[in-house]
Amino acid sequence: MTAHAAIDPLRTRPEGVAGMVADIITVAKRNIIRVFRTPELLVFSTIQPIMFVLLFNYVFGGAIPIPGVEYINFLIPGIIIQTATFGASNTAIGLTEDLQAGIVDRFRSLPMARSAVLAGRVLADTLRNLWVILLSVGIGYLIGFRFQAGFVSAVLAILIATLFAFAMSWVFAAMGLLTKTPEAAQAAVFVPIFPFTFASSAFVPTETMPGWLQAFAENQPVTAAINAMRYLVLGESEFLNLNSGQVVEALAWSLLIFGVFFYVAVRLYRRSSE
Amino acid sequence: MLAVEVEHIKKHYGEVRALDGVDLSIPLGGVYGLLGPNGAGKTTLVRILATLLKPTSGRARVLGVDVTEDPGAIRRRIGLAGQSAAVDELLTGRENLEMVGRLYGFDRVEALRRADDVLERIDLAEAANRTVKTYSGGMRRRLDLAASLVGHPELLIMDEPTTGLDPRSRQDLWDLIEELVEEGTTLLLTTQYLEEADRLARQLVVIDNGKVISRGTPNQLKAQLGGDVLELHLEDMGKIRLVLEQLEGLGSSPASVNDETGLISLTVGEDTGAVVEALRRLDQAAVKLRDLSLRKPTLDDVFLTLTGHAAEVSEPEPATGRRRRRKAKSGDRP
Repeated sequence: MTAHAAIDPLRTRPEGVAGMVADIITVAKRNIIRVFRTPELLVFSTIQPIMFVLLFNYVFGGAIPIPGVEYINFLIPGIIIQTATFGASNTAIGLTEDLQAGIVDRFRSLPMARSAVLAGRVLADTLRNLWVILLSVGIGYLIGFRFQAGFVSAVLAILIATLFAFAMSWVFAAMGLLTKTPEAAQAAVFVPIFPFTFASSAFVPTETMPGWLQAFAENQPVTAAINAMRYLVLGESEFLNLNSGQVVEALAWSLLIFGVFFYVAVRLYRRSSE
Repeated sequence: MLAVEVEHIKKHYGEVRALDGVDLSIPLGGVYGLLGPNGAGKTTLVRILATLLKPTSGRARVLGVDVTEDPGAIRRRIGLAGQSAAVDELLTGRENLEMVGRLYGFDRVEALRRADDVLERIDLAEAANRTVKTYSGGMRRRLDLAASLVGHPELLIMDEPTTGLDPRSRQDLWDLIEELVEEGTTLLLTTQYLEEADRLARQLVVIDNGKVISRGTPNQLKAQLGGDVLELHLEDMGKIRLVLEQLEGLGSSPASVNDETGLISLTVGEDTGAVVEALRRLDQAAVKLRDLSLRKPTLDDVFLTLTGHAAEVSEPEPATGRRRRRKAKSGDRP
């Protein structure tokens, strides 16, 4: 085609992975602009961590003595992983909104990398989550939270939390593609969120739970991420059973979750064109 | 090369046959209309041609490329607008088009240049930096069309572009469509409105229940219908018989009476003389009329004539005259 040939030289996007990355960034940029233009979302995702940090610290703080540890230092890693999990659920809701509004169809009709629709959304949601993580740390600092194990550990702690948020976004991407409407997604995301975030080591040491619950709480990814972060915040602790192995465990969980749910989400996305 | 070649395409969802063996061939250039009621399969067909959906069986080629073999090559050369694709409400008009340009593979400068060009052309330059949620329905539809023009498509697919628009916006969109066609773009357009198809399309295909039920030029289709209808509402229903006698020999087929409403219909086609003659005769016979109308055949009439069942129209129609309304059953598959 002559017209085709005439416009082609202007298409400067590279082929392959570099082109895919360019598309992911374009889609992520669009999603980030949307966050800034949805003041409700921005305000509530800012208020939520502030509220959680203050409420849990002052409500539970007095009731749960943890020898040798300030409760706020115990609490912040739990709050952060919980908030990141809540925040990741926005991936499901945002994706279903795009499906319903026809934006996903617009993307599908364009000569772009197919994976960029999902990956751009996850990238934007992860960046928003990183902001909320940093905000929670900041609020914590105002009421006495301090990293106990040095700067490198502090950075690693934030990276672990962000990686976990990223992995969880893929879980919710798959849920969004399954539920298809924002209303259904809104309801569905709480099914995994509540048991995993509350039956965890987030607010109280798991030893205080009944045996059967303890067995679950100690062997699930949210606890693994919290313990890893806690280890990086507090340093080694025999009483709280914190050690460097937990960082490896949390990394393994995040990569496993990412691997499985990336595959599932991409399959579901492809299948929706059949 | 043809713009579109469809050979016996089927799309089944379990028991539901959204498309049940459609054949179609569309030459390059001009407007091709796909006409049908809600749920006929128009959107399904459009989605297959735009590579959003895979057919269950059959073959479809767009601009010479098979839709299942190289969908990426097709996407580079087509544009899709209408109910099958959308624009982002929270982005400005310009940001929407810039994003689309980037996703077509243009660099930032070229994407912005094209965005501004297209905004100028669809008369949205002044609203370019406002978020889309402040746009009226007509402006959104124009922006949606603009998004499909950013890639300078050889084939433009428009899925019910004017559904829900007010007459003025509809007119503007039609003008724009005609301009594009003059520049050599091939256009495939789905619509529920006969008037729209009549105004824009050179060739029409009517589909219903996933099958092609008729095809031809708008004039051929209208000829099948018989054209304009004269409708008479008598002051005295007792004179129906007398009126039918008076009208004998006029119109393309004998006048008929609607048992429920008592309305007398006479298909007069393009023959305005028949209208004058009918009124003259009624006047001579001293028949008083409560109401009289001359209406265009509506899509309802097309479907009544072609399929024996009425169209299920969900949007208010611009057409004059009465409409038969039925509850919509299932819409087009998403």
